[in-house]
Amino acid sequence: MPDEVFIYVIVFGTLLGTLTFAAVLVWFERRLLGLWQDRLGPNRVGPFGIGLALADILKLLTKEDWIPPFADRIVFIFAPTAVLIAMFMGFTVIPWAPGVQIVDLNIGLLFFLGMTSLAVYSVLLGGLASHNKYSLLGALRAGAQMVSYEVFMGLSLMGVVMLAGSFSLVDIVNAQQDLWFVVSQPLGFFVFLIAGIAESHRLPFDLPEAEHELVAGFHTEYSGMKFGMFMLGEYLGVILISSIMATVFFGGWLGPDFLPPFFWLAIKIFTLICFFVLLRAAIPRPRFDQLMSLGWKIMLPLTLANLLVTGGIVLLTGYQP
Amino acid sequence: MSTELFPFYLAATVALVSTLLAVTRYNPTHALIYFIISLLATAVIFFLLGAPFAAVLEIMIYAGAIVVLFLFVVMMLNLGSRGDELEHQWLKPKMWVMPSVLCLILFFELVYVLSGPSHPITGTAVSPKEVGIQLFGPYVLAVEIASMLLLAGLVGAYHLGRRYLSDARGQS
Repeated sequence: MPDEVFIYVIVFGTLLGTLTFAAVLVWFERRLLGLWQDRLGPNRVGPFGIGLALADILKLLTKEDWIPPFADRIVFIFAPTAVLIAMFMGFTVIPWAPGVQIVDLNIGLLFFLGMTSLAVYSVLLGGLASHNKYSLLGALRAGAQMVSYEVFMGLSLMGVVMLAGSFSLVDIVNAQQDLWFVVSQPLGFFVFLIAGIAESHRLPFDLPEAEHELVAGFHTEYSGMKFGMFMLGEYLGVILISSIMATVFFGGWLGPDFLPPFFWLAIKIFTLICFFVLLRAAIPRPRFDQLMSLGWKIMLPLTLANLLVTGGIVLLTGYQP
Repeated sequence: MSTELFPFYLAATVALVSTLLAVTRYNPTHALIYFIISLLATAVIFFLLGAPFAAVLEIMIYAGAIVVLFLFVVMMLNLGSRGDELEHQWLKPKMWVMPSVLCLILFFELVYVLSGPSHPITGTAVSPKEVGIQLFGPYVLAVEIASMLLLAGLVGAYHLGRRYLSDARGQS
């Protein structure tokens, strides 16, 4: 049965592809940061230093994996796995090319939002189970930040849903045949971009692990492969957010015929990831209260205004997706 | 038991066991983790019954937002092992008598309802659009009342935060 074999190929392709990409991204990000900050970055191991990704994995696997005696053992072990499960589940709804997708849910976009909201637990539980004041503070910050930015993240996508008339990511891509949603929903894209960075708690919004004030934040007590899993989860989060952004706002696999559809999507995802890295290199970290007031006082009114205007235009013009 | 119903019974068993464990744990963090699992199992049941929209809302709102806030409160209380011991003292065996009696009444009621005429599940999936049309059609009054309740909650939360801020400013 070729159909059943095909679905296994997609599942393992997605799993291994994202995993490998996330591991390589660790090296790639440092190299790109070096380029933008006018230095070399890691360039010693192998050609262009790409062997660093392998060396990093080997180091993490062979390091002592220490569980502090004062920690809540079971929750401490469970926390880093939760982020990986949630992130991998998020990848199931992404259409890589026409027909190449693990599952086409009619609630695809909501499923993605649900999975990113479950990823909060890994940070919260990791910080709580460590029984360390820095971890607890980091986890508190992460919880407040991620729950707040989830609100705008969901709302910023609803304008697109209104124009496409569906939560299914395949329908959303097909609705962008003539015009990418980044053109018709610029405000939605802007809010989603910022909420996406905050949701994956990357620099400049990495306050949960701000090393100048919280040692290492929620993963202070983590070492070895468990720390590696948090790290991997962060990079998977960046890939997931970029994939969703490419699919929802930049036309997904759509593009001129001279390249296969998957390559167009890959190029868009790759460009967005480079943009994420550039943000890290360029923007300083805000204070926590600045982050929260940016969210609730600027982003929320912006998204609501965007929804109101989009809804009004759809209603007035009688636009049918 | 037909194989078709197997996922349902599996999810239902997980939901029951995790809810029971959520009630009986002394450590609040562990109780909340079991509660999250119970909510996820309920979401799976919703999905199997043909309500994917309700299933995702269960994950996003209950598991993804409300329980996060519960966990938040637990974090700020800083209970530690002392809290577990207190809980141990409070949850004496005789505490379980009244809840058990009430649950038993509900159980018999459920058996009575289920032994009556059967309510077959049609198995048709309800799309988000249909949910929306129903909500803003026949049930628009309920939506409006819920929105008023939420607005009252919002104003209340704003008021509490406001007073706290002005107090802090007065002290400094």
